[in-house]
Amino acid sequence: MSKGHVVVIFPHPDDESFGASGTISKFRDEGVPVTYLCGTLGEMGRNMGSPVFANRETLSTFRRQELKEAARQLDIEVEFLGYRDKTLEFEPRDKVASHLKKRLEELEATVVITHYPGYAVHPDHDALGAAAVEAVKLMEEASRPDVWMHAISNGHADVLGEPDIVYDIRPYWEKKLAAIQAHLSQADGMMSLIENHDQAAEQLERLKTERFYRWHF
Amino acid sequence: MESIQPNKVQDKINQLANKTVYVHLETTNGAYASHFDENAYNVGAFIRNAEVSYQHGKIVSTGGSYRVGLKLDLGWVYAEGLSDYEIDEKGRLLMAGHDREGRLMVALEISETPFSHGADPDE
Ligand SMILES: [Zn+2]
Repeated sequence: MSKGHVVVIFPHPDDESFGASGTISKFRDEGVPVTYLCGTLGEMGRNMGSPVFANRETLSTFRRQELKEAARQLDIEVEFLGYRDKTLEFEPRDKVASHLKKRLEELEATVVITHYPGYAVHPDHDALGAAAVEAVKLMEEASRPDVWMHAISNGHADVLGEPDIVYDIRPYWEKKLAAIQAHLSQADGMMSLIENHDQAAEQLERLKTERFYRWHF
Repeated sequence: MESIQPNKVQDKINQLANKTVYVHLETTNGAYASHFDENAYNVGAFIRNAEVSYQHGKIVSTGGSYRVGLKLDLGWVYAEGLSDYEIDEKGRLLMAGHDREGRLMVALEISETPFSHGADPDE
């Protein structure tokens, strides 16, 4: 019997590692194939490595390689959707949605993991999450995958309530760390942001649990 | 990139004057500024591949970092906070300013050929 196909849809190389790599590892452990549809190359990222080794024009090449390494660590397939960092919210939503729908049908997705539109902080996260939800809405009811959404914004639980799916991913912590660290140009910056931030311990602890809300159609 | 050598940058600016050039100009404090600090504001702007021709340009030291201004027929291109530069293998003048953690705060780049746009082609 088919074990299904998990399709992760986020806009940036590293979103998968910070946001869902524990859950991804759990699925891979169970033999479920996972494909990451990565919206952009993160070419407008601010982190250039620490110490700096990339510049605005070389960053995309580094980030593409970094994601390939993270994908090797997580044993998943990666496809780049070809949009440009910071611009997803300005693309026509229906066009992005039909692009995603086509890939979801071809991949026979059974679970889609994406950002919770409106609760995902970065405009690219919100825009691609919204397009992913739209894509699944456009599908025949019988072939619709489950949609799991990752919320990031401060205080989102006050509005959304408790998430539907909560995984303690500590059994996969080593894998998650390895995937995060594969993103050499980004990991230090992001980790130090987390560590220097008032609620450092809480932020780090947060990475050890992955939570998702289910979209109800 | 390396620390700006003002003479080398000035030479390159002079070389590119009165030609059709493409400019990437950007400033950002990141998409997460107000997520990690509720008192911070998210501020950023970029323009990629503005096609311009400048009459002359100058780099000015501010002790620690540099400002660059390019005088156009109908206006100006301006950047402050530049500290690092590189003339890459395509002959493009790339300049940027980074914060203590190495995060980009400002970039000004000048090229005789357009910068990549859309998604970069798969290598
Ligand atoms: Zn992201």
